[in-house]
Amino acid sequence: METIVLEFPAGQPAPGRALAGVVASGDLEVLLEANGSPRTVVNITTSVDGMGRVWEAVLERIFGDGTLPAAKIEINDSGATPAVVRMRIGQVLEQLATTGGA
Amino acid sequence: MSTQELSKRGAVWLDALTYSAPLQAGYPPSVRVVDARLGEHPARFIAVVPDPDNAFPRARSGEVGLIEGWEIARAVREVIDADAGREDHDKRAIVAVIDVASQAYGRREEAYGIHQALAGAADAYASARLAGHPVIGLIVGRAMSGAFLAHGYQANRLIALADSQVMVHAMGKESAARVTLRSVADLEAFTARVPPMAYDIDNYASLGLLWKLLSVRNADAPNGADQSAVEKALQEAFDEIRADPSRGLGSRLGSAHRASSVTVRRKLREQWR
Amino acid sequence: MDTQALLERQSFIELDARSRAKQLLDAGTFSELLDPFERVRSPWLARQGIVTQADDGTVVARGELDGQPAVVLAIDAGFQGGSMGEVSAAKIAGSLELAAEDNRNGIPMRAVILFETGGVRLQEANLGLAAIAEIHAAIVDLRRYQPVIGITAGPIGCYGGMSIAAGLCSYLIATREARLGLNGPTVIEQEAGIAEFDSRARPMIWSFTGGEQRHRTGLVDVYAADDAGAIRAAVIERFRAGRPEACRSECVAGFLQRLAEVDPEAQVTPQQAAAIYSKGFRS
Repeated sequence: METIVLEFPAGQPAPGRALAGVVASGDLEVLLEANGSPRTVVNITTSVDGMGRVWEAVLERIFGDGTLPAAKIEINDSGATPAVVRMRIGQVLEQLATTGGA
Repeated sequence: MSTQELSKRGAVWLDALTYSAPLQAGYPPSVRVVDARLGEHPARFIAVVPDPDNAFPRARSGEVGLIEGWEIARAVREVIDADAGREDHDKRAIVAVIDVASQAYGRREEAYGIHQALAGAADAYASARLAGHPVIGLIVGRAMSGAFLAHGYQANRLIALADSQVMVHAMGKESAARVTLRSVADLEAFTARVPPMAYDIDNYASLGLLWKLLSVRNADAPNGADQSAVEKALQEAFDEIRADPSRGLGSRLGSAHRASSVTVRRKLREQWR
Repeated sequence: MDTQALLERQSFIELDARSRAKQLLDAGTFSELLDPFERVRSPWLARQGIVTQADDGTVVARGELDGQPAVVLAIDAGFQGGSMGEVSAAKIAGSLELAAEDNRNGIPMRAVILFETGGVRLQEANLGLAAIAEIHAAIVDLRRYQPVIGITAGPIGCYGGMSIAAGLCSYLIATREARLGLNGPTVIEQEAGIAEFDSRARPMIWSFTGGEQRHRTGLVDVYAADDAGAIRAAVIERFRAGRPEACRSECVAGFLQRLAEVDPEAQVTPQQAAAIYSKGFRS
């Protein structure tokens, strides 16, 4: 089990909370809350060791341009592929957009 | 398949604590029911013991099977019904003498709903407790999994003997080792570091689920002192249960290892309305 | 069922625990207690290198059902096979305890339990087992005031100590996909041999422990389609029926009578089990 922390530039604080996914084999859970400062901080706990670079690359693609709302994101991962990671983060961001958060 | 020497502890302790009082007629050989005394109070003692001639082939080594589950329920409900009109202080004690290595595993068992038979037993004990009967669980050997849920885990208070053959767990060592792809030795080493997973009774006691852990000289063949110690503990448990206004299982929430169980309940209460 | 109805049908099995609870409760009344953002997790998994889920795999959903105060306890099939750890089980036991207390204070709180679970979480063994005993105690307590309704829909079904909990419920609802049994097929095969129970023989397993057979043998009260609307309707109907005269787990004489008709030496068939048990347990 490994923990990874990543930070990215971001915009205004996220308008609420959002949640997606489950910690099942090949899946992950994503919890999102607003962050006061204009940065998104992602705390990852993953059952698969040694994938730090992959996480950096995947999340850089999503958060790297700094335009998304500032959030504290917690990821609990049980061996999801990058595609599944993108899907779950996408779900969480969509929740924010449509309902203004939970 | 594992072969275990059939344990005699349930029968031995039942016989000792009831001073060899006769078995209640009408019960199968695997479910021993004795009406005797706990100190000066009348009490019903119940034990599940091995019956190598059990009609159900998968329940011949002391397992709690279909018949055992429902017969335990009958033995307990007889007491509830008999004392139904009586005052609280006249509700008879029920002592589960516990040495149950497992539930029964088999096709017949699943087909005829062994889960429902064990529910029948758990229901009876819980209902007795709610009706005001002091229910005490005395663990003299194994108290495993579904068998323990059916026979003993609904008691107001649990007492266990401090002995290397006394064990409470959700899955036997051999099965757990297979499931987790370890050797039994590795499993024992690993689980010794995780208190709720450990197999020894001292680690179990640290979880705060036992009311008392009793040292005895010889758990297989109790001497006079052993028997007195257990009788004394049963009596004290009885007195404490009678004095306790709660008929629930709240007395099991005292250990530091159950802090999260307490936190969950506190937060639920705070958020309930 | 015509195409339109088929298209409108919402699968209950495909919903996650949270969504199932929302579907069951009256629209707009869902509110979650100890939600994932509270982060009341298992204190035992991290030290074993296991990633925790923020709600530990149980959703506590308060709201209304048919206009009455209700709590839905939904076990998440995804996390650790729905297995019961200290926290996930405490959320269920604690909620049932509060529901019973409510009734003693004149509030008709009722509970629904969504059983998708293999039983005790081995990584928390004795704390899982002890908490399941507390769930049993709380069901028997609450059952005196309000029906306690259990639902098992799949993909996991209901096993282990939680199958005993299901056996304690006032009413049980199951789908065809669900299984309800004490011991997992692999464990039975290991303990009793492959001739007794072949853990890979799926049709055989469902023929004895599947929702349809359990209904046929009187161990499940409602055999429901995998349809969220139909399941919610069944729950409401059962609450309106009120507490049963006797719960299944109280029918001791009835079950002993039926079991006396069984020839234990012969291997059982689903038809035999149905023939005997369909006579019922009210003696």
